[in-house]
Amino acid sequence: MSKRVKDREESTAGDGSRAINKFRLSDGIMMLVIVLLCLTCILPFIHVTAKSLSANNYVSSQQVTLWPKGFNLEAYKTVFADHSMTYSMVFSVIVTIVFTFLGLLVCLCAAYPLSKKDLPFKRIITFLLVFPMYFGAGLIPTYLLYNNLNLLDNVWVLILPGIYSAYNMLVMKTYFHSSIPDSLEESAFLDGASYFQIIRYIILPLSKPIIATLGLFYAVGRWNSYGDNLYYIRMRTDLRMLQYKLYLLVSTAQEALSTAQEEGSAVTSTPEVLQAATIMFATVPIIIVYPFLQKYFVKGAMIGSVKG
Amino acid sequence: MKKMSLAGRQKLFVKNFRHTWQLLLLVSIPLILVFVLNYAAYPGLRMVFMDYKPAKGYDGSEWVGWQTFAKIFKDADFHRALRNSIVFNILGLLVSFPAPIILALILNELRYPRFKKVSQTILYLPHFLSWPIIGSVAYTLFRPTTGLVNVVLRNMGLINQGIPFLTEKTHWAVTYLLIGVWAGMGWGTIIYLAAITGINGELYEAAMIDGAGRWKRMWHITLPGIKGTIVTLLIMNMGRLMGSNFEALKVFDNSQVREYQYQLAIYIYQKGLSGNRFSMSTAVGLFQSLVGLGLVLLADWIAKRLGEEGLF
Repeated sequence: MSKRVKDREESTAGDGSRAINKFRLSDGIMMLVIVLLCLTCILPFIHVTAKSLSANNYVSSQQVTLWPKGFNLEAYKTVFADHSMTYSMVFSVIVTIVFTFLGLLVCLCAAYPLSKKDLPFKRIITFLLVFPMYFGAGLIPTYLLYNNLNLLDNVWVLILPGIYSAYNMLVMKTYFHSSIPDSLEESAFLDGASYFQIIRYIILPLSKPIIATLGLFYAVGRWNSYGDNLYYIRMRTDLRMLQYKLYLLVSTAQEALSTAQEEGSAVTSTPEVLQAATIMFATVPIIIVYPFLQKYFVKGAMIGSVKG
Repeated sequence: MKKMSLAGRQKLFVKNFRHTWQLLLLVSIPLILVFVLNYAAYPGLRMVFMDYKPAKGYDGSEWVGWQTFAKIFKDADFHRALRNSIVFNILGLLVSFPAPIILALILNELRYPRFKKVSQTILYLPHFLSWPIIGSVAYTLFRPTTGLVNVVLRNMGLINQGIPFLTEKTHWAVTYLLIGVWAGMGWGTIIYLAAITGINGELYEAAMIDGAGRWKRMWHITLPGIKGTIVTLLIMNMGRLMGSNFEALKVFDNSQVREYQYQLAIYIYQKGLSGNRFSMSTAVGLFQSLVGLGLVLLADWIAKRLGEEGLF
């Protein structure tokens, strides 16, 4: 939180320090609530990790809670030996990287001109670029269009439709307005620089924070969604992204669960240990990068909210 | 600039164009993208007035006027989907909307900066996880016999039989809504915490000198201070009263809970892509977005009448 809040705490510490510094019951209750909520975010993953590292018999007899029993890595070996899983991981990483790069490029191409006063037809261009965010054509017309464009079962359907995002464009435009002084560009103009040069030598170096933030918005968005896989990738199993494969696994496991009276008796689908290892396989990439990207994400969400 | 002749304006445009063609060139890239991938799909909406057959295409299919709409308003599946969408979204709004506000108020009152920082980091985590991950973890926890929650409850002697959290429709409804709250609550606080930062600190000092306790300060300073933000977000949420999160619903799908899980987003997907009822699916989609848009405009109008700042 900001300096102002700190100032407030300090300035009040003088006159009412006794009242302020006393740890009251309400403080304890609030901390307890927060701790419990945090536990709901962590414990499930510890549990799944423990299961994935345990021996099958301990898991099926429900003895594993938060610590692995009969520690072994067999399940992970199976997951990694499954070429379709490792392939899907590599494929997803490549798609995400290409998507993020192109997304940032397109975002810049939209946001920079729209932040300039002297862009001709500015109002109508802004409208054209923002309108699809409020009103889409819907699933079927879009599906038929992609069919005509030969995008179905094509790797580009995972990339092209998402790279222009009106929301990200507005965030970037707000950043240009608020954080890059016009005077800087004007002096470059007087020196005879073109807009391309201004972007290359002034805008890009000054926009690193917003590029990092929006890059992460793009990357996490792409990595996590599976709806477009479900809609547009019908035959080509080699174009399935990791989250879609995980979705397929969950949905079969669940259907088995709801139709069988007692799971385990009739259903011998995927052993739970293997399921747990697969979940972790798909989760760990996000958990690893999470601490680094969290900071940028919060910044981006703030900029987005200021614009409203 | 006030009264410039047409010729004058043209001259200005030509003069500027020596620089601005570069801007136009840049902006043409996203424009081409939205025209090819978004705008080109709008003409397809005319199929709501057709009996669209994939084999015949737009040109060969028959025009039927408003018949498609008449058909969907008589369709029992549509009624079920509409009812579920409305009920779940209203319930969702009631529990999901206040949660981040309350959480932000609590986080704002926390005393130890490091504790606050760590807990914020942890609470934001669900926002970064995909629905397949959330769904598969939820299934691991909530299975009737082997799920951790049921095992723990049984070991504590609180229940004899496993609770079918995700495989019986009423239990499913509650679990699904609560998972939605859990997933959105931490991230939702950011915008409120940002708004709280904007409140003038002197107000708190003055209140403290006047002897206002913590709850009074929360109620009379913090909450009014973020009222504008709350109203804006409420307006934005109104627009979603018809929509639902397809990826979340689809992950928590199984044959025991379809009675409640079947919402408009699922209807559109199943009638359209699995059932080949293209015109009906598109008509429902159109209905959904038009009602959504109308609701946002309505909520915006109400907010302005109440003296709040609207969205537009």
